Amino acid sequence: ISTLISESIFFLLQVLFFGFGWLFFMRQLFKDYEVRQYVVQVIFSVTFAFSCTMFELIIFEILGVLNSSSRYFHWKMNLCVILLILVFMVPFYIGYFIVSNIRLLHKQRLLFSCLLWLTFMYFFWKLGDPFPILSPKHGILSIEQLISRVGVIGVTLMALLSGFGAVNCPYTYMSYFLRNVTDADILALERRLLQTMDMIISKKKRMAMARRTMFQKGEVHNKPSRFWGMIKSVATSAPGSENLTLIQQEVDALEELSRQLFLETADLYATKERIEYSKTFKGKYFNFLGYFFSIYCVWKIFMATINIVFDRVGKTDPVTRGIEITVNYLGIQFDVKFWSQHISFILVGIIIVTSIRGLLITLTKFFYAISSSKSSNVIVLLLAQIMGMYFVSSVLLIRMSMPLEYRTIITEVLGELQFNFYHRWFDVIFLVSALSSILFLYLAHKQAPEKHMAP
Amino acid sequence: MASLDRVKVLVLGDSGVGKSSLVHLLCQNQVLGNPSWTVGCSVDVRVHDYKEGTPEEKTYYIELWDVGGSVGSASSVKSTRAVFYNSVNGIILVHDLTNKKSSQNLYRWSLEALNRDLAPTGVLVTNGDYDREQFADNQIPLLVIGTKLDQIHETKRHEVLTRIAFLAEDFNAEEINLDCTNPRYLAAGSSNAVKLSRFFDKVVEKRYFLRESNQIAGFPDRKRFGGGTFKSLHYD
Repeated sequence: ISTLISESIFFLLQVLFFGFGWLFFMRQLFKDYEVRQYVVQVIFSVTFAFSCTMFELIIFEILGVLNSSSRYFHWKMNLCVILLILVFMVPFYIGYFIVSNIRLLHKQRLLFSCLLWLTFMYFFWKLGDPFPILSPKHGILSIEQLISRVGVIGVTLMALLSGFGAVNCPYTYMSYFLRNVTDADILALERRLLQTMDMIISKKKRMAMARRTMFQKGEVHNKPSRFWGMIKSVATSAPGSENLTLIQQEVDALEELSRQLFLETADLYATKERIEYSKTFKGKYFNFLGYFFSIYCVWKIFMATINIVFDRVGKTDPVTRGIEITVNYLGIQFDVKFWSQHISFILVGIIIVTSIRGLLITLTKFFYAISSSKSSNVIVLLLAQIMGMYFVSSVLLIRMSMPLEYRTIITEVLGELQFNFYHRWFDVIFLVSALSSILFLYLAHKQAPEKHMAP
Repeated sequence: MASLDRVKVLVLGDSGVGKSSLVHLLCQNQVLGNPSWTVGCSVDVRVHDYKEGTPEEKTYYIELWDVGGSVGSASSVKSTRAVFYNSVNGIILVHDLTNKKSSQNLYRWSLEALNRDLAPTGVLVTNGDYDREQFADNQIPLLVIGTKLDQIHETKRHEVLTRIAFLAEDFNAEEINLDCTNPRYLAAGSSNAVKLSRFFDKVVEKRYFLRESNQIAGFPDRKRFGGGTFKSLHYD
């Protein structure tokens, strides 16, 4: 009976995660769009639900909920479903929706989306070659083969995001980097923008009037590539059409300028808001946090370099090491087994929650920035793919933070993966990403004030 | 040539509804071949014959300001957009007939544009909620245009058009439904073309011929008592 209860709790939690994913999709991601294809929403919620279930199983492992064989069974099943979704379903649907957007290929949608999926599978398979991830004795379609490749992609993503996040976080929080923006600057830029718009308008008025007179005289003006029209215009020497192209070029240049000015003005407004925010209490708090995070960031970069240079992979997890230190150096005696279980649970729980939250926030920001009503389906599916891969690789890496007795289940289920490789790969990509973010932010910061000093 | 002579009409709506295609169709009588994302604001000019066919016929240049973006943009983008909303003589609200949210967002769009004009001191008049009375008192002519009509299936057409009729009534505006990739919807003599012409005539009229009742085009008449209790508090 108790197994029945625990199984039903498990199932209930899964339904809960599905519901959360559904709500998140509807309320946050798609709040400005209309959901026409429910398939997309279902896929997103299912990916989210099964990814969260993996984390839930880790927690259950630490807490000892359910018996070990049923946990193992759930792990295997969950893993199979996730891999099925990430490798078969989501890429196929991404291809399908991309093809649906292109009008030409609309008739043979299914055929082309299958072709796209096969191309994806080819590259996905080739991904495994340059990395020393597996021993060759496994079969073609085994879990290990798929997981190893998914793991590589996911770990790369995690490291890129971590690297950028570690550098960007102090940069955004600290007010030291804020440029000084006055109201006068903004007004001056707005005036320039409106002047540019006026110039565009006067040129367009000339063009519109010229077109109208030409139309009334019965000349061909709207298809300059028409052969007979060109001959006629050369023969009758109409200055109208030549002028039009000249003016059009000037207008194009002015429109480009107006776009630049618009973006710069928006940038100045954003900076001004940030300056005002930094004067509030919350702003000061974040400023302080920023200093703290910058120290943390420097330390992480340092550790990553050490790991790579000295080819060292941590053998013990932070919990056991912390307990060892307290027992050996501080002489505090306590029940190691009991405390290690609870502390691991808390630590792992915090890591899981913050990484889920961080990922969802980043995905939302990304989605708002790049989606439009045409591409929203494709982008959401891409985000679901990234989310799934990210979570799978989190499981791979979280193994390092857990004491030995809890690591066994992950090692058992995921098979003989070279876990050390993944950690090394993470450090390398993290270092590369952090250093290039520093370079990028430095250049962007340098360039900005000079733009506004120009008269 | 000053800004005293300009007739300015805003074209507002969510991204992707087809404002750029619409403006291109209205100004150049051609279909836009390669629509791309509008950053900031793009302007085009339409030559309009006021009171066409009558002895008082006169030609005006109507500027159509196509403002890009979405209602949910960051406040810095909204502040930047606000610079385009000065001294507006007419507003065209564009929505996508296949996307209900774009129609609902029109309320927020019109509030964003009208608030900018009605509150010269920079104080926000409402908290962003829809207030029917504001539209009843509004002096700026509005026109509601629904795009992508060709993508609505025959069976759903009636339901969609009824919904849109309510929307247009809320704004106290005329409505036109068309497909921006097909110029025949605005062919000379069709009912759509007549509505469009009437709208532009109204804009020009309010701009040039009703100067006595408004100091600057766009402010509501102070003698009104009904509705707008909000607004009367802000004027003195």
